Amino acid sequence: MVDAAHDQADFVPPAEVAEMDLYHPHSWVTKYVFSQDAKIIAIQYSFTAIGIGLVALVLSWLMRLQLGFPDTFSFIEAEDYYQFITMHGMIMVIYLLTALFLGGFGNYLIPLMVGARDMVFPYVNMLSYWIYLLAVVVLLASFFVPGGPTGAGWTLYPPQAILSGTPGSDGGILLMLISLSLFIIGFTMGGLNYVVTVLQARTRGMTLMRLPLTIWGIFMATVLALLAFPALLVASIMMTFDGLLGTSFFMPGIVEFGEQLQYGGGSPVLFQHLFWFFGHPEVYIVALPAFGIVSDLISVHSRRHIFGYRLMVWAIVIIGALSFVVWAHHMYVSGMHPWFGFFFATTTLIIAVPTAIKVYNWVLTLWRGNIKLTLPMLFALAFIVTFVNGGITGLFLGNVVVDVPLSDTMFVVAHFHMVMGVAPILVIFGAIYHWYPKMTGRMLNVPMGQIHFWITFLGAYAIFLPLHYLGFLGVPRRYYELADTSFIPDSVQDLNAFVTVVALIVGAAQLLFLFNIGWSMARGKKAGSNPWNATTLEWQTAETPPGHGNFGETLPVVYRWAYAYGLPGAKDDFVPQNMHPDQVATGGSPEPSGAAAQPAE
Amino acid sequence: MPAGPWGRGAVNIFQQLMVKPWQVEQGAIVEQLDERTFAQATPKVGLRLFLVVIMVLFSLMLSAYIERRVFSDWNSLSLPWLLWLNTAILIASSVAMHYGLVNARRGKVDGVKAGLSAGGVLAFAFLAGQLLAWQELVTSGYSVTMDPANAFFYMLTGLHGIHVIGGLVAWGRTMAKVRRGLDVGQVRMSVDLCAFYWHFLLLIWLILFALMLLT
Repeated sequence: MVDAAHDQADFVPPAEVAEMDLYHPHSWVTKYVFSQDAKIIAIQYSFTAIGIGLVALVLSWLMRLQLGFPDTFSFIEAEDYYQFITMHGMIMVIYLLTALFLGGFGNYLIPLMVGARDMVFPYVNMLSYWIYLLAVVVLLASFFVPGGPTGAGWTLYPPQAILSGTPGSDGGILLMLISLSLFIIGFTMGGLNYVVTVLQARTRGMTLMRLPLTIWGIFMATVLALLAFPALLVASIMMTFDGLLGTSFFMPGIVEFGEQLQYGGGSPVLFQHLFWFFGHPEVYIVALPAFGIVSDLISVHSRRHIFGYRLMVWAIVIIGALSFVVWAHHMYVSGMHPWFGFFFATTTLIIAVPTAIKVYNWVLTLWRGNIKLTLPMLFALAFIVTFVNGGITGLFLGNVVVDVPLSDTMFVVAHFHMVMGVAPILVIFGAIYHWYPKMTGRMLNVPMGQIHFWITFLGAYAIFLPLHYLGFLGVPRRYYELADTSFIPDSVQDLNAFVTVVALIVGAAQLLFLFNIGWSMARGKKAGSNPWNATTLEWQTAETPPGHGNFGETLPVVYRWAYAYGLPGAKDDFVPQNMHPDQVATGGSPEPSGAAAQPAE
Repeated sequence: MPAGPWGRGAVNIFQQLMVKPWQVEQGAIVEQLDERTFAQATPKVGLRLFLVVIMVLFSLMLSAYIERRVFSDWNSLSLPWLLWLNTAILIASSVAMHYGLVNARRGKVDGVKAGLSAGGVLAFAFLAGQLLAWQELVTSGYSVTMDPANAFFYMLTGLHGIHVIGGLVAWGRTMAKVRRGLDVGQVRMSVDLCAFYWHFLLLIWLILFALMLLT
């Protein structure tokens, strides 16, 4: 690429967003606690999400202990086990992954990468975090109410979710519904910010097609979330009515313990439709930011432009659109009409096309690239492998005839943990190793990171590959214990014990990661402003970590896309997005921001 | 570039997505670029997006309503006549807000005050009317648990009421600005947003009311 020359006289500095008041903190509290700075909010979101995620991690340990060594731990009753399943699933999917990708990475990266001072509605953005925190607190409170948290399964299907036989039917289920509603309200506040900032606050020259794919992924995921979360909110409100007031939106006529309940006429399947109308896009709310981030990690760490950028953008948009017409593939066993299932099987398999395009393009980006096996790259590579594995089992389950026998087995557990558990988490780790230097000014320790990577990557396979096999054997999911089920061979117990041991080890490795985060904050190698020689704007800021307002006096001006690696005629193997075309050949250091204002000699 | 009602955006977004950013001539397109996708003020874009989310919320509830209605235990509710009066009040409220907006555009502070005040008071009257309608239903024995149609009625009107209350919060902040004697130019955006929100409230109510009348 050779950039056209620019006349200095034509230079117009980027317009600051006029209607947006940049917020200025006046005290320690408004700077670090009730902050309206997206970077601080991002860190608050991230720590809260990781904190509640650790609770979910411990819950998964407890479940594994029960499955691996039944009859050993007297403190895990069947009811506890169901509560662990429910809370583990809900926390991981919503309170960890959604919050971390959008609230955490979205808040940190969107303003920096599009060249904005901050989000467009900073006050609303701050509220978003505090409502999220409240949602987390309400969720945690349900552990301490009489009856404990709900044990209805993370899908909260009625009627059992609010019947008295289910653990947590007293207070737990209501707190769960309230917490979800709060989360959705808080998220909507943040989500409006992310979308409008990307649409309206990009710096001069940052066209839609010059946006880094990270931003495209987060943007599209936020659009999905804004449109999908209302379905969960509607379901939550209606179920709260059923539980508290005794209406019958979802509750059919039921005889419980020989007694006719006052409910009648409601439709449990209606809840399932509402839930999965949210639930399936939720998969892509988690996956699309991962797709975007991993594209950038691969490009930066293989020193090569992303292959097929335009198709990557379109694929993100198409996957987002298709994700709204596949929800009923989660309901093949709900007794729906076979033609209905056929329609959803078709749309489900069509999603494999844009997804496969993305995988091919990642591989073709690596092809003949100058691959550096840095920690972010290792995690990105691990993601591709894992995502392909999880995706292929998705093709099995997307077909009605294959899904029906497998639906209630461990195969499903293995599938969704691979594709939307392990895969996005690997990207989160890669992204943290990648952007930590920008957030703190120091590199994460590499040997610790290597240990963390290999234990996590190999361990995840040691855990979840056997679960596929258990699923084929017919081992049911959601069961507290198998006891003497006749068709299940005894050796299943050995495999379960093995999986449990590995799960404990992998969990412990995450503590090493957390230690690394703390340790490197004080003792890590100094990073400098652009340790990875990356092109995107967040690496070109005046200060590291970026100060208030992100960029210095003037906003950067963007002259090219985010993937200008190895340009012929350029001095370095990368050209920052904001480097003036006249400076490309001489390699004049791109001044941190507003560099373009300086004409070349 | 000519700006349509949605600015460059609505028509042009497809063209924007056809660009090949790696090409040589792409390096020459800095100065002619507007940063924004839509040639609208940022708060307006934010409000429109928010109302899209609200629209999705109500659409989902209405589709649940329509699906639930086909079951045999559905008995249509005889709506209290008061709802007709409430509808008229909400229409008047929306008109008053629009009157405020027109005056804001013309720079007339008195007109803005009159329009906003009337719009807000009428919105409060609407809420009071809705509560009276609820009370009338409850006293004549139509409780929330009696019938799915009742349950939907209370839920939909309640949610719409919360939506009105949310609007009144924004209205209160705008009124405070006007009373502080700010310049018309400084409150115009707030008045504009309020008016838009009020028209949306009315639209949602008309859809809800029509659907409840027809079923």
